[in-house]
Amino acid sequence: MVENRPFGNILPHLILWIGIAIMVFPVYLAFVGSTHEPTIISNGQMPLTPGSHFFENYYRTIFIGTTGTTREPVATMLMNSFVMAMAIACGKIFISILSAYAIVYFKFPLRMTAFWLIFITLMLPVEVRIYPTYKIASDLNLLDTYSGLTLPLVASATATLLFRQFFMTVPDELLEASRIDGAGPFRFFFDTLLPLSRTNMAALFVILFIYGWNQYLWPLLITTRDDMQTIVIGIKKMIVTSDALTEWQLVMATAMLAMLPPVFVVIAMQKLFVRGLVETEK
Amino acid sequence: MAEVTLKDVRKVYPGGVEAVKGVSFDVPDGHFCVMVGPSGCGKSTLLRMIAGVETITSGEIRIGERIVNEIEPSERDIAMVFQNYALYPHMRVYDNMAYGLRNRKTPKDEIDRRVREAARILEIDALLDRKPRQLSGGQRQRVAMGRAIVRRPKVFLFDEPLSNLDAKLRITTRVEIKKLQKALGTTSVYVTHDQLEAMTLADMLVVMNAGRVEQIGAPLAVYERPATTFVATFIGAPAMNLLKMGGAEPALLLDNASVPAEGAIIGIRPEDFAIGAGDTAPAGGVALPLTVGAVEKVGPESFVYGTLDRGDNVIVRLPGQHAPAPGERAVAIAAREKLHIFSVDGQQRL
Repeated sequence: MVENRPFGNILPHLILWIGIAIMVFPVYLAFVGSTHEPTIISNGQMPLTPGSHFFENYYRTIFIGTTGTTREPVATMLMNSFVMAMAIACGKIFISILSAYAIVYFKFPLRMTAFWLIFITLMLPVEVRIYPTYKIASDLNLLDTYSGLTLPLVASATATLLFRQFFMTVPDELLEASRIDGAGPFRFFFDTLLPLSRTNMAALFVILFIYGWNQYLWPLLITTRDDMQTIVIGIKKMIVTSDALTEWQLVMATAMLAMLPPVFVVIAMQKLFVRGLVETEK
Repeated sequence: MAEVTLKDVRKVYPGGVEAVKGVSFDVPDGHFCVMVGPSGCGKSTLLRMIAGVETITSGEIRIGERIVNEIEPSERDIAMVFQNYALYPHMRVYDNMAYGLRNRKTPKDEIDRRVREAARILEIDALLDRKPRQLSGGQRQRVAMGRAIVRRPKVFLFDEPLSNLDAKLRITTRVEIKKLQKALGTTSVYVTHDQLEAMTLADMLVVMNAGRVEQIGAPLAVYERPATTFVATFIGAPAMNLLKMGGAEPALLLDNASVPAEGAIIGIRPEDFAIGAGDTAPAGGVALPLTVGAVEKVGPESFVYGTLDRGDNVIVRLPGQHAPAPGERAVAIAAREKLHIFSVDGQQRL
C-alpha cells in the first residue's frame, strides 16, 4: 500500500481480529478441556483457564488410550493417520506428475482420450463410487491394510491437471535445448522438469496431506481393527453415546493432537507453498 | 568442421500447411550463412529441421558427409542458440554450460577446462555461480553462446539470438558473434528477420519468402542485383522504390532499355536518387518530377517522401541535411546503371 492511513486500517484489523477470535476460541476451549479432570467437564462447568492435568491427560491419551471405547492409544492412531496421509500425498504426486508428463510431452494414440478419462474422474469422488471401490478392495484382501487405506485414494485428476497446466507453461525450447544437450526423456524429466516443479509439488503436498489426514468415510469402511484406525475416526469412536461416561479430557487431547501434524506440514512448507502458488518465473 | 547441405527439403505440418516448400542450398565449410525473411517464411522451421528438433517431411539434410534426417539432435554435432536462450532456470551458469558435456560422459576435468575457457572468451567468468534469473538479457545471451561453444560442434545454429536485446546491445553483440565465428571458423546458420543483421553478419545470404528461397548470394551481391522485387524491397532500408510501368510507358523513361510489351517494374533505391534542378534525365536514366510531401532530417542524411505526378509514392535518400522543403516541386534523377528492371510479376530480373 502506498497510502499511509494510520486510522484507516483500524476497521480491517478489527474485523480480522474478530475473525481470528471466532476461529481460535473453539481450539482454545478444546485445549483447556484437555488439561482438566474428567469430572470438571462432566459437571457442565467448563472453565476458561487451563487446568493442572496437562501431562497426565496427554500421557494417557498417547500411550494408554481410553478405558472403554477404543482400547488403542492415540500414538497408534497418529501413526496410522500419518502413514495414510503421507502415502496418499506422495502417491498422488508421483502418479499425477508421471501421467501429466506423458500427456504433455508424448504423442501416443488415444492421448486426448486418456486425458479426458482422467478429467472425468473429477466427477467421481470416493463417495460416489464407494460400493464398487469397497468391493474391489475387499476382493483384493485389502481390508485393514495400509494399501487398502491409501491406494483407492491415490489417483488424482486434480493434481494431474495442475501438473499438466504447469508443464504446458514450460517453454518448448527447454525441451529442445535438452534434446540437443543429449538428454533423453528420463534425463529431461529428472534434470529439468522435476526441479522446476519443486514449488508446485510442495504446494500440492500441503493440500494433499491435509486431504489425506482428514479422510473419514473411506477409513471408516475399510478398517475394522482397532490398531488400524486413524485418528479422525478415533475421535469419533471415543465419544460414547450409550451409558458409559465419555472421557472428554482425552477426546479433547486427541483433537489437539490430531491438529498438530497438518499444522507442522503447513508451517514447514509455507514458504515453498506460497511460492508455488504465485511463482511465474520459469 | 563441416558443410551443411540441404536438398529439396520440405516441411508439411499435420493439417496440410506447407511451411517449407522444397529448399536446396549448400553452406560451405566455415561460412556464416544467414537466412532472412519476414515472419512466417519458414526460416525458423528450416533451422529447426537442421537442428533435428523438427521432423523433415521430405528431402535430405547433410552435415558433413552424413545424412542426418533420422539422427537425434544430440548426435548431429550441432549447437543451437535460441531466441529466448532456453537456459535451464534451476541450474547455475556453470551447470548450464556443462550439462551437455556431462550427458556425453566427458571427463570432469575436461568439462571444467572447456567451460572456463568458454567463459573467459565470452567474459562471463564472474557469473559462473549465478542462476540465469540473476543475469541481464545480454549476460543470458552470452551464457547461451557459451553453452554452444563448449560443445565444440561442427555447426552453430542461431535462432534470432539478438531479438530480445536492446538496440545498442544488439549492435555490439552482433559484432562479437561475427568475430567469434571467424575466430572459431565454425560453419554457422543464423536466422533473423532483420535485414541489417543479415547484411552485416553473412558470408552467404539466403533470402526466404513463403517457404521458398528467393535468392542466395553474398550480401552485397544480393543488394546490388536483387533477383526479385521481394528481395529488392526486403534488403535495404528504406525499401527500394518500385514503379510499375505499362506496355508503352517504360520507353518514355528509358532511352534504350529493352522492355517487354506487357510492361515492367522499375526499381530505384532511395539512395540512388539525386534531386535535380531541371527535368532532363541522364542518358538512359530517369527524371521523375514529384511533389515533396514530407522530409525527415536525421543528421548524416535526409529522407524525402514525395508523390510522383503519376501517383506513386517514392522515397529519396539524400546525404547531408540539404533537402527540398515540403510542398515544393522537385525532380528525382537516377542514372541508367542504378535502375533495376523486373518482369511485371516481380519474379524475374530483366
